[in-house]
Amino acid sequence: MSGPNTSFDPKQVASLDAAAIDEMVAAAQADIAGAADLAQLKEARLAHAGDRSPLALANREIGALPPAAKAEAGKRVGQARNVVKSALEERQAALEIERDERALVEETVDVTVPTDRNPLGARHPLTTLMERVADVFVSMGYDIVEGPEVEAEWVNFDALNVPPDHPARTMQDTFFVESADSGVVLRTQTSPMQIRALLERDLPVYVIAPGRVFRTDELDATHTPVFHQIEGLAVDKGITMADLRGTLDHFAAAMFGDGIHTRMRPSYFPFTEPSAEVDLECFVCRGESVGNPERPCRTCGSEGWIEWGGCGMVNPRVLSAVGIDPNIYRGFAFGMGVERTLMFRNGVSDMRDMVEGDVRFSLAFGLEG
Amino acid sequence: MRAPLSWLRELVAIPADQSGRDVAAKLIAAGLEVETVESVGAGVDGPLLVGLVLEVEELTEFKKPIRWCQVDVGAAAGGVHGIICGARNFVAGDLVVVALPGTVLPGGFEITARSTYGKVSDGMICSERELALGDNHDGIMVLPADSAKPGDDAAPVVGVGDEVLDIAITPDRGYALSMRGIARETAIAYGVDFVDPGVALADLPAPLPDRAPQECGSEDPTGCDLFTMRTIVGFDPAAPSPLWMQRRLVACGMRPVSLAVDVTNYVMIELGQPLHAFDLDKLQGPIRAARAADGAAFETLDHVKRILSSDDLVIRDDRGPIGLAGTMGGLETEIDDTTTNIALEAAHFASEVVARMSRRHKLSSEASRRFERGVDRDLAPYASARCAALLLEFGGGHYVGMTAVESPSVEHVISMDVAEPGDVAGMVIEAGAVVAALEGVGCTVDVTGDELAVTAPSWRPDLTDPADLVEEVVRLVGYDLLPSTLPTAPLGGGLTHAQRLRRRVGMALAARGLVEVLSYPFVGDGELDALLLADDDVRRSGPRLANPLSEEQPYLRATLLPGLLAAARRNAGRGNVDLAIFEIGSIFAGAVASSAPPRPSVANRPTDEEWAGLNDLLPQQPVSLAAVFAGTREPQGWWVRPGRPRGRMPSRRPAPSHRCAASRSRSSLDGTPRSIRAAVPRYCSTAASSPSPANCIRGSSSPSAYPPALRPSRSISRRSSTLPRRSCRPRPSGPSRSRRRTSPWWWMPPCR
Repeated sequence: MSGPNTSFDPKQVASLDAAAIDEMVAAAQADIAGAADLAQLKEARLAHAGDRSPLALANREIGALPPAAKAEAGKRVGQARNVVKSALEERQAALEIERDERALVEETVDVTVPTDRNPLGARHPLTTLMERVADVFVSMGYDIVEGPEVEAEWVNFDALNVPPDHPARTMQDTFFVESADSGVVLRTQTSPMQIRALLERDLPVYVIAPGRVFRTDELDATHTPVFHQIEGLAVDKGITMADLRGTLDHFAAAMFGDGIHTRMRPSYFPFTEPSAEVDLECFVCRGESVGNPERPCRTCGSEGWIEWGGCGMVNPRVLSAVGIDPNIYRGFAFGMGVERTLMFRNGVSDMRDMVEGDVRFSLAFGLEG
Repeated sequence: MRAPLSWLRELVAIPADQSGRDVAAKLIAAGLEVETVESVGAGVDGPLLVGLVLEVEELTEFKKPIRWCQVDVGAAAGGVHGIICGARNFVAGDLVVVALPGTVLPGGFEITARSTYGKVSDGMICSERELALGDNHDGIMVLPADSAKPGDDAAPVVGVGDEVLDIAITPDRGYALSMRGIARETAIAYGVDFVDPGVALADLPAPLPDRAPQECGSEDPTGCDLFTMRTIVGFDPAAPSPLWMQRRLVACGMRPVSLAVDVTNYVMIELGQPLHAFDLDKLQGPIRAARAADGAAFETLDHVKRILSSDDLVIRDDRGPIGLAGTMGGLETEIDDTTTNIALEAAHFASEVVARMSRRHKLSSEASRRFERGVDRDLAPYASARCAALLLEFGGGHYVGMTAVESPSVEHVISMDVAEPGDVAGMVIEAGAVVAALEGVGCTVDVTGDELAVTAPSWRPDLTDPADLVEEVVRLVGYDLLPSTLPTAPLGGGLTHAQRLRRRVGMALAARGLVEVLSYPFVGDGELDALLLADDDVRRSGPRLANPLSEEQPYLRATLLPGLLAAARRNAGRGNVDLAIFEIGSIFAGAVASSAPPRPSVANRPTDEEWAGLNDLLPQQPVSLAAVFAGTREPQGWWVRPGRPRGRMPSRRPAPSHRCAASRSRSSLDGTPRSIRAAVPRYCSTAASSPSPANCIRGSSSPSAYPPALRPSRSISRRSSTLPRRSCRPRPSGPSRSRRRTSPWWWMPPCR
């Protein structure tokens, strides 16, 4: 059973005294203003606005007041708490701004400060380009073969259907190792690797042969006596020129982008018959610069095609020279100049840059070309 | 081979709307590589007229002699014009080329009527160079009398407006070194009829009955299987060659000389048969082709004395050699400006004989280029008839007759399955198309079921195998029509261990800050001496080249260092003194001794012994690795702090002073820039885990590089704060990971 609240206690609570409340507010304001950072402000909040703070305790005591006094005391305490709360919020905002500004100053990132004490080096772009080409063919199942740069004349010429007095020998100005009739030359092409691969490997043969070759040209912007070629050879039953074309198209797309294909023009190489020059569709303008003076293309000279290399079906005489029956096996071969490819692929205008060894040239290509 | 389009049109009915570039595109697709299409007289805009010089008045009051000419350019163009001219190579009555006011000449030079030398010059009399026809500016062009009328359009007369196709002929297509051959390909490309000018005998007058023609013969039927000689007497040596012939020769890149020379050159270009005219009166006895006597001396037309060998095929008379067969005539029997009696040689020489001779004497001529590539075996009598007819037409004289010797030629029949071209191409080519293509290039084809018996024409000695016929068929069908398929290769083995390792080594070095260079493999004694190598050092064992580019670098490298140091020097010369470069490449060691190298037959696989013998010829060629370090470890930059790689940003700061001091403190031995010298002293070779013996040089911190007082203090102090000081070489085999993180493996502290 309940009855009216008769537990009247006439005792005045000291803490609800107006002066005492003002004192509490003043102490709180002093602490809040004195908080130098957010941690100190947090302490001040606990001390003056927390559950055990004097104002909170005073608020609790309101219930003990006589009804007549309750209203006034409640009002007084509530106002005091609001003052403290808004002081806290103000100070909180100010300190956060201060913190952020300090962080911006203290945590500045100097993007110009070097961080890597080991500067990165670079591989030669010709090396990386040859590896990239080789990788395209390795992924198709070809093996990479390498051979001697000082080569027997028989392998470099005779076996490739270039007999001693054939004009094709004078097409390629040859370095001879002393004496001139030693039968040893610096290989003028990577094609002798066809002979070595066919003599030393089991059929069918699918190989790619990157390497360095030599001709007695003086160094200028477009010639160098020492340069690189990459040679491909496939000898298998039923190989056709269509296979050659498809392989070149695949190669072109892998190196220069989807949809870039090749064109073959009849030509002559002693070791292939039929023979062709390979042109690459210009990967910059894709032929749109042809007959369009508004949009000239520097890469292909507005021709739409870039001369790339030579190719053809392995001459049956070459197969005979390595003991393969040309009635059973056929093959195709192709070769490209690596320097030339780098020139048009990366816009290198002077071949001398590739041979001088200036580190600034290679560094621009980095580790992967 | 340069082919004027106007000449080509005379031989083939090329559709009128086809420009030089159109024809070029057709020929390229057929396998003749047209390199350029030039326009003759490009830049001439406006009419050029033939003018008749009526009167020449010499004006002498000026610094140089000037002529005031009255030139009749025809009634349509205003009759007589007064023109000032500085040239003196013409007289009244000559025909000249006149550009009237309004015409623009090459270089944007517009002709106007203007006063000069006190007269109003109403036009210009043109020289070859002014019309961009040639380099001749010695005088104005004087047209032969009666070649045109005053007022005629001069452009076709002098060739302005024509186009010239410059074609690179591959060695197998000797027949295309003639207008006849190019016309044949053009006719096939356009599908029009072709009348072969090389199989019609020109009309010649009946031989003089009372004079015997010059005798000829061949003592070497393999080197010369056809020798013809036509004789002409009473020829006018002063007769000029006709203008059209001169124009064509100039367009084809030859210089007109005299009628006799021009006609032989003209017929050679037209038909492809090199000819030679002898002065009949300088000959002694019958002319014949024969092998030379060893050591005989003989002077060719180019005034060079040549020592002959028994391998040379010469043309000789009773006194001795008078010409190198198919290459160049002799000076002694040359026709000159008094020659009235001519002996005209047209012969067929074996291509390898001429090739060998031309190579031995380092003498390449228009004739030798053609014989090396193969001249039509049956052409000589037709070409010499054409030549004689032209000589008689323009130089007068009497035809005496022809003598000839001939060894029977062997016809070579190639049998081929009619499906072969399609099988090789990977597409279906109908039998009819195969036969049509082969007959188009001049072959005789006998069809028996699926088997073709093909006889190549005399002008295609390159067609010997079925594969050659396949090429003819496929190229005429069109390479563009080939399908695109991919063969299925068997599973490959991927990279070999050595290949993979080499890539990893290169990658690791580059990742550690080294830059790869690829240097030439040629070295000389000077560079090897600079490395202080002993005379018997293995690094001097590179083989010598017989024909090096430079006598200063005749050897192949047996060490990579000279090339790397040269690259370092070049970099230093360009301001990149802080360097770490490396090279992975072949070195060559061991002499090449054989004097009689094996030459196995190419008809069969070489035996194992032959193959081993060929490989024994070669020197050792291991792949090697070397690196050169120079300068400070951490390159300097304008931002002062070390660490940023040079080359990403231009360096504007001079080298730190300690380096300058170091350089002053040392003498220069060989002019190598200072920081490079520091790299030289140490050399060691290891074979640790590299695929082959590897060389390495370590020098960036060699003891002599910097005296202690001048040591680069900053990088040392930075390093020593993170690294315990290491003792001198040899370096520990496996530096700890933490060390490697803070310092490249090649970094060694200086010895103290």
